Amino acid sequence: VRQRLEGKRVVICAGSGGVGKTTTSAALAMGLAASGARVAVVTIDPAKRLANSLGLDELGNEPRLVDPHRFAGHGIVMAGELWAMQLDAKQTFDELVARLAPDAAARDDVLGNRIYQQLSSAVAGSQEFTAVAKLYELDRSGRFDVLVLDTPPSRNALDFLDAPDRLTGFLEGRALRVFLAPTGLAAKVVGAGTGVVFGVLRRLTGVDLLDDLGVFFRALGGLIDGFTERAEGVKALLADPATTFLIVSSPDREPVEEAIFFRGKLADHDMPFGGLVVNRAHALDGADEADEDALRAALGDRLATKVARAYAEERALAERDAAAIERLRAETGDPDPVVVPQLAGDVHDIDGLVAVHAHLFAPS
Amino acid sequence: VTTAAPRRTAVAAGLLDKPLVVVTGKGGVGKSTVAAVLGLAAARRGKRTIIAEVARRDDVSRVLGGTGVHEDELAPRLHHISIDPEEAMEEYLVDQLPSRALADVLLSSRGFSYFAAATPGLRELLTVGKVWELAQEDRRTPGAEPYDLVVLDAPATGHGVAILSAPRTFADAAVMGRIARQGRIIDAMLSDPVRTGVVAVARAEEMPVNETLALEAALPESVGVHVDLIVCGGLLPDRFDAADVRTLEAAPPTRPVCAALMAHARARAQRAQLARLRRRARAPVVALPFVSAAMLDAATIEPLVRALERAL
Repeated sequence: VRQRLEGKRVVICAGSGGVGKTTTSAALAMGLAASGARVAVVTIDPAKRLANSLGLDELGNEPRLVDPHRFAGHGIVMAGELWAMQLDAKQTFDELVARLAPDAAARDDVLGNRIYQQLSSAVAGSQEFTAVAKLYELDRSGRFDVLVLDTPPSRNALDFLDAPDRLTGFLEGRALRVFLAPTGLAAKVVGAGTGVVFGVLRRLTGVDLLDDLGVFFRALGGLIDGFTERAEGVKALLADPATTFLIVSSPDREPVEEAIFFRGKLADHDMPFGGLVVNRAHALDGADEADEDALRAALGDRLATKVARAYAEERALAERDAAAIERLRAETGDPDPVVVPQLAGDVHDIDGLVAVHAHLFAPS
Repeated sequence: VTTAAPRRTAVAAGLLDKPLVVVTGKGGVGKSTVAAVLGLAAARRGKRTIIAEVARRDDVSRVLGGTGVHEDELAPRLHHISIDPEEAMEEYLVDQLPSRALADVLLSSRGFSYFAAATPGLRELLTVGKVWELAQEDRRTPGAEPYDLVVLDAPATGHGVAILSAPRTFADAAVMGRIARQGRIIDAMLSDPVRTGVVAVARAEEMPVNETLALEAALPESVGVHVDLIVCGGLLPDRFDAADVRTLEAAPPTRPVCAALMAHARARAQRAQLARLRRRARAPVVALPFVSAAMLDAATIEPLVRALERAL
């Protein structure tokens, strides 16, 4: 994987949930840091044990230096620095509002609004936006040589690519202008709109909801320019030649389809594809039929039968996975995906990271 | 060593008698498969069942071979719908407003479409509103027949809970008006453990087990219902005992022997996670065997249906 990351400043690991994205991101960051770079890995929702093993403080929304001594006993020498953080979507959103608001009153108007509170925590899409917003901020800070981003466990990775557009599209488009114009929707909504549309709207939603919405849109008005600029910056960063997207998958059907779909979307968006990482592959190179006689002689009939069955299943899985990897290769145009075999043990600790790291950084 | 606990699993006996069963879990755990399996099990018991998916994913119909077109019948008594918030909005307006013409005015109004797109949570509300509509004895969709059971293949856990709490959020925000009233009616169903069941889907791995336990702990507070059943999928066969393993470790490390030891280590790790899940969860846990087929079809789904049937 090393040559694929050569000269890259931002590495984004994308893919569907449950394929080991977080572990892959952390192992990549660890490998880059070990070879001398100052690296920050932004994780979204790490397993508690992985977070603990990296010494991630749950409360901080800023990268923290991972104590290099944690790796000392695992054969990893940190020539550089590994920093890690766990993204807090709500806090990142709040910070963004605070930074972009023209004054304290505007900030408090937005932060205190019920609609905003909904938007910034529960609703789909905000995690995607905050993840890239944080990435942008860290990139601008110039504190790190490389940033590795673990994307949210979103089923539809598109949300992620579209996050900046969705927000700016809405904000800078006519939508908000309509709401914010003195005679616009917000005014009509809050005041005594008489049109059929607003009469009907009022009947459907009641007055309070419309009031909240009106206040929300007006409060947001002061932040439009900042948001727009920010989203444009984020978009530019995602398309930058020093940015690369690694698509992480497993050989299972759904992640494979998602990976292929996402590869197409990257091309549509003109965003740089850095290659595939296929985790959890069952690999038995050149495995042929079991010599059942030899097994029986060595293990006895009963155990030999069980071993033969287990072996047959492993071979079937290896064959299935090889076919999946072949399909990924053909459909994504990556001739040589990085394949990480299914590991026997758990990967949520430093040992697991080191094991994944060894496969990721193995000379091809 | 874990053994099946038949008395405990019988707790989920009444699950399919509830009009709505929500299947939830993070991505990659086989949620759509479990929704399909539950739907099949219910349909075979004579229940007119519909599996509802959200936002055009169509995973269930891929499993069962349907097209994703509305309220398709995939198998006898088993229907499927992929809920599209835009269409749910149109249906809602047509149903709510005195005339189709008025609904069209609204639907073609730019101001309204901005409003709809910009209101956080509105998509979730409309989606869950449609789920509610499907579960009504007296369907609001003209000419539609009622279902005995709606199985909702909910979005991944975090969003799954958000979708269930959308009606309450709206009811609270709107306070009065029609949406508030309807939000309360829908919420009354979603937060009623008698009418709404929840199946959490997990895998016998660290993260999915943690997430399932977290969901079980959070659900009563955030929505008002509880997890009725946990389905843990993808269990590998655990075929080697301690003596076998000692023999294998002493045997020459041929490929089959190494593969067997590898499979054993994975099966063991899974059993440990399954045991942890069983120990810490309040809901009964049903384990489903691993199915190696690249694509589930009617034949490969059969052992899963049988395994789940035993728990219901």
